[in-house]
Amino acid sequence: MPGRDLSILIIDENRMRAQIIEDGLREAGHTLVTVLDTNHEAARRITEIAPDVVVIDLENPNRDRLEHYFSLSRALKKPIAMFVDRSDSAEIEAAVEAGVSAYVVDGLKKERVKPILDMAISRFNAFARLTRELEEARSALEDRKLIDQAKGILIKSRGISEAEAYALLRKTAMNQNRKIVEIAQSLITAAGLLES
Amino acid sequence: MLPEYRIAAGFLPLTDSLLLVVAKEHGFAAAEGVELALTRESSWANIRDRVAVGQFDVAHMLAPMPLAATLGLTPIAGPLIAPMALGLGGNAVTVSPGLWERMRAAGAPDDLTPGPVGRALAAVIESTEQKLRFAVVHPHSGHNYELRYWLAASGIDPDRAVEIVVLPPPLMPDAIRTGGIDGYCVGEPWNSVAVATGAGRIATVKAAIWPRSPEKVLGTTESWAARNGQALAALLRALHQASLWCGDPANHADAAALLARPDYLGVPAELIGRALSGRLVVGGNDSVVVPEVFVPNAHDATYPRPTHALWFYSQMVRWGDVQHNERNAELARGTYRPDLYREALSAAEPASGDVEFFDGRTFDPDDLNGYIASQRPYA
Repeated sequence: MPGRDLSILIIDENRMRAQIIEDGLREAGHTLVTVLDTNHEAARRITEIAPDVVVIDLENPNRDRLEHYFSLSRALKKPIAMFVDRSDSAEIEAAVEAGVSAYVVDGLKKERVKPILDMAISRFNAFARLTRELEEARSALEDRKLIDQAKGILIKSRGISEAEAYALLRKTAMNQNRKIVEIAQSLITAAGLLES
Repeated sequence: MLPEYRIAAGFLPLTDSLLLVVAKEHGFAAAEGVELALTRESSWANIRDRVAVGQFDVAHMLAPMPLAATLGLTPIAGPLIAPMALGLGGNAVTVSPGLWERMRAAGAPDDLTPGPVGRALAAVIESTEQKLRFAVVHPHSGHNYELRYWLAASGIDPDRAVEIVVLPPPLMPDAIRTGGIDGYCVGEPWNSVAVATGAGRIATVKAAIWPRSPEKVLGTTESWAARNGQALAALLRALHQASLWCGDPANHADAAALLARPDYLGVPAELIGRALSGRLVVGGNDSVVVPEVFVPNAHDATYPRPTHALWFYSQMVRWGDVQHNERNAELARGTYRPDLYREALSAAEPASGDVEFFDGRTFDPDDLNGYIASQRPYA
């Protein structure tokens, strides 16, 4: 069946991530891409979608159920196996590391499926990196707010300048071998206790 | 003391993850020089895959999982071994209150005895147009095989008279409440959780279907065990000490409180304590004392008996998972590694435990061919 477009099913409860993978596959020229989250009777719809390749995230608590369904899947003409070549342990490892799992119809040629798996793996990794960076940015912003608040307390209570307040926080942090934000947090907590 | 061995282990939120949790939290692992890192997982497939690629060195596994992997029945296949069992029993069969009412009307007793409860279920199924749906946690699980055994011995064809689906343990209570399933076989505390919310009634228990039967094992790859013999032996000793601690009724309240933590099960300690004490609330205010619901230590509960592996193999053959031949039987038997257990613990081989089911049938591993020939897919 050379030339026939492969039917690809993405099962992911994280819609944003699913979207990123779908976009990647479409950019690569795949037109038969379906996205489902498991809450929408994915098991039932697998029959009508008749996928050649299924991509599932490892966080999905319904993996066992879906896997069981594939193994029974008389709906699929050929049984679905995980990855094309069980001996390709590097590929499997990369996928599990990235948090994704893939099932393919037995008998598909490796060169047809590998680009799809590579795409899923790299997009999963990219998504994880993005999430991590967002989390870091969010926590940096939070830290900043706490430090500003602590500086305000020092400026008010000790009548020092903003630069001096910051220098004092930094010096205390260095002396105690802690982070500035931790000192700021303690100061805010202490100030709160004294106020009430 | 600095740890000599770092071991990463995966587990599912179930009462029988107890030995691993106690080994870590009560210092039994540290005393053996093992730094045990535990990761809670959401599916057995993840446990299998993460062990296969080496993210986990060992894991809490369904007792038939190493057989299934070694026999090539699973997507990522490779030889897995079970050098230790993690206790005996621990499962129950829960049904919806509606189904229980009909079973009771058909003569089901309250005392969990599998024979009469099964006959009542058969009578209900006879008189029902719609197929009842039962859930198990995995195709290659003690749950699936003991549920099927019980159904078949009660005159119910597991493949035709009912539908058996797969669901992860923590989702079972919700699934039965919303009517997605009529019953399930799962490890504790997920039966007691459904009872506590009025969503389910415990109909029978694994400990009555097959007394002192295997349920979870410590699973690892053959290659990790070969490369890390000393680390594995240290872990087995730590788990053995943990099993002694868990087997002491004086520690049951502490054990339940520990498992109740949000990073372990996140279920109230009182519910977890039921399987440990053996006093099960089966529905409403009815409770039944079942002394060996979950056995962490007694009766050589952690010894990986090849007889158990062979019984699971016989059921894989029975239900069409695998074809019976000498080679497959040998592969199945070889996944259980009492040699590693005995070496690590300087333990002797225990007396052969009788394998006898609720219907009076026994399993003799020396007559595997005879047993397989005598069992029909549906008896």
